[in-house]
Amino acid sequence: MASVNVIKPKARLSNSNILFLIAAVIFVLMYLFAIISFPNSFLQFQTFFDLFNLNAPLIIMTLGLCIVMIGGGIDISIGAVCGLVTMACAVYLEHRMGSIAGALLVALLIGVAFGILQGYLIAYLKIQPFIITLSGLFLAQGLLTTLHKDPINVTNAAFVRLRDFNIVIDWLGTRNRLGVFIPCLIKPGALVAVVLLVILASLMKWSRFGRNVYAVGGNSNSAMMLGINVKKTVFITYVISGLTAGLAGFVFIMTTGAGNVGNASGAEMKAIASAIIGGTLLNGGVGNLLGAPIGTLTLLVINELIRAAGVQSNWQAMVSGLLLYFFIVLQSVIMSLRDRKSFSLVLPSWLHLSGKEDPGN
Amino acid sequence: MRTLKKNFSHLFLPLSVMALLIIINLIKGADYFRITMVNGAFYGNIPNILFGASELVILSIGMTLVTAASRGQDISIGESATITSAVFVQYVLQANEVTLLTIVVGFFLSCVVGLALGAFNGTLVSIFKVQPMVASLILFTGGRSIAFMIDGKVSPILANDISNKIGTVIPGIPVQTPIILTVVFIALVAVLCKTTNLKLYVETVGINPNAARLNGINPKKIIFLTFLIMGICTAVAGFIAVNKAGRHDSVNLLKLIMMDAILAVAIGGNALIGGKFSITGSIIGAYTIEMLNRTLLRLEIDPAMIKVFKAVFIIILMVVASPVVRAFFTKALARVQSWSLLSSRRIQSSPDGTILSTTNSAEKEE
Repeated sequence: MASVNVIKPKARLSNSNILFLIAAVIFVLMYLFAIISFPNSFLQFQTFFDLFNLNAPLIIMTLGLCIVMIGGGIDISIGAVCGLVTMACAVYLEHRMGSIAGALLVALLIGVAFGILQGYLIAYLKIQPFIITLSGLFLAQGLLTTLHKDPINVTNAAFVRLRDFNIVIDWLGTRNRLGVFIPCLIKPGALVAVVLLVILASLMKWSRFGRNVYAVGGNSNSAMMLGINVKKTVFITYVISGLTAGLAGFVFIMTTGAGNVGNASGAEMKAIASAIIGGTLLNGGVGNLLGAPIGTLTLLVINELIRAAGVQSNWQAMVSGLLLYFFIVLQSVIMSLRDRKSFSLVLPSWLHLSGKEDPGN
Repeated sequence: MRTLKKNFSHLFLPLSVMALLIIINLIKGADYFRITMVNGAFYGNIPNILFGASELVILSIGMTLVTAASRGQDISIGESATITSAVFVQYVLQANEVTLLTIVVGFFLSCVVGLALGAFNGTLVSIFKVQPMVASLILFTGGRSIAFMIDGKVSPILANDISNKIGTVIPGIPVQTPIILTVVFIALVAVLCKTTNLKLYVETVGINPNAARLNGINPKKIIFLTFLIMGICTAVAGFIAVNKAGRHDSVNLLKLIMMDAILAVAIGGNALIGGKFSITGSIIGAYTIEMLNRTLLRLEIDPAMIKVFKAVFIIILMVVASPVVRAFFTKALARVQSWSLLSSRRIQSSPDGTILSTTNSAEKEE
């Protein structure tokens, strides 16, 4: 029996790895295809960096969502919370002439407040996560329109400086048609996303909490039998998700510099899609945080490719739907093939054991 | 009485919410139930709710079945309804003369498209073993664009007499036609559930697919069947919605209705992780959501704040109905009962029997 207990978690973890590998290979292939078909735009480093620069909020949100999904839950309030945070920051920066640190605090507080509320209701009162986060979505949207309806352009001097601040890489860049050298630019938001990715990925990989999340997502009953505090673990996953949503809101306003009712609307579906492409399963227990940015980038490269090909926007949605279909079926086929293989790998040893015992009896 | 309690205990949540909403409405104004005749049709708050919720009710029936069998939700229902109704509208528009036959053939055509879309999702879920939410994400992403391609232009208009009658009132019948269609659909589903063992099979598959397979029920077939039923539901809902609106707006038709449909399933007392289900609960839940929306409008809340109130209401509702809180209250109630019984029976000096009986009744109530 002991050997079975050891084998199972290993198989589960390698499941996450194989899904991650598929996602990574597909992303690389997709990018190579993009480079081959549109060499003069996709070969520039700036195009690659822009994927990060413009979509750092989505990557950050997907990270939080991945943790929740590995823990076996779902959080669809993240997009609305992100939008609420941008508006709250904009109002705060404009009306009281607040500071950047204050705005960051506001963003994190709103995110954590939503995380604690939803986490408590889901983990300790055992309400279905979809309903609670759906009402969280309604709550955030309602608060957003209550707070302010019209778009606000932030004019705070310190904030504008932060918004326009770019990290310039002198040794990397392109020459434009006139032969002027343009260095590559990286927004601070992209750096925040990368740092957060490293922190959260190592948290999930090596800390006790991260392993608890995998155990709870895989089977919450057996996790409880092993002495893991299931409720606390689930609660913390939602708090982290709220925190990342708040941070994503701050990064969002740091990139665009305006509070708007439509900010980050519909981001939850994009985040769910990219988490799935990145190899996280909705059932829980399977996933790799490094897959989150890869999923997001794959989705974005698809969109960029379609835009570069100059197709009508209706086709864009249909083609991304088709590609999603392709990914999902591919994942499913590879998983089932792999299951069959592992089944045949495990079965002989059992047969072997029983075969040994039978003659003895 | 006990069997009645057993049969209706799962409807406690939706019915109590409805009662609460009715009380709030009656406090706001006593004329809540007043029904007047306008242009030969009933007009008032109750007919309005029945009229407004008709698509939601039909979709929540399908959603209940899908949720119960496949342990997940179909989030593409609004998009499927848009595609099916686009086909219907195109068929009606290309006809030279719109007769009842045209409408019926168009409706059946849209049902076929609905079946195809249901089969698409169902294949992914049952054969490829993708989670329903992921599988329907594909149609959710591309569905509205497909509907737009079928339309060919922005929002074609359905300007004929028969669709107008289907969307509003047939002269001589005092009830709006969408309400009649909804009632007919509910009756058909009820007949389906009573005459076949669909409900039993769906529940079995939802509770444990492996056990169902070992008992000779093919879970793949059952899950596929629920998605086909969902396809029919989306076709009917799209038919009603497009006739109500009078034009086919492929961007906004039944937008984000899957959230309300899933909410209806949950308010109806069904578990979103599959298993046992009650279609009656979902229907009441759908009407409750429409009632809640209209109550918030009737209370003249600032439009910006409506979503906040809705969210707070849902959260309070789910907290009250959550298993932990319910268990706490049942325990407290049992304690109070046993204490009062004990103190009353102390004179008759038979404490053991009373304690046993009270604990038994408490268990039964749970």
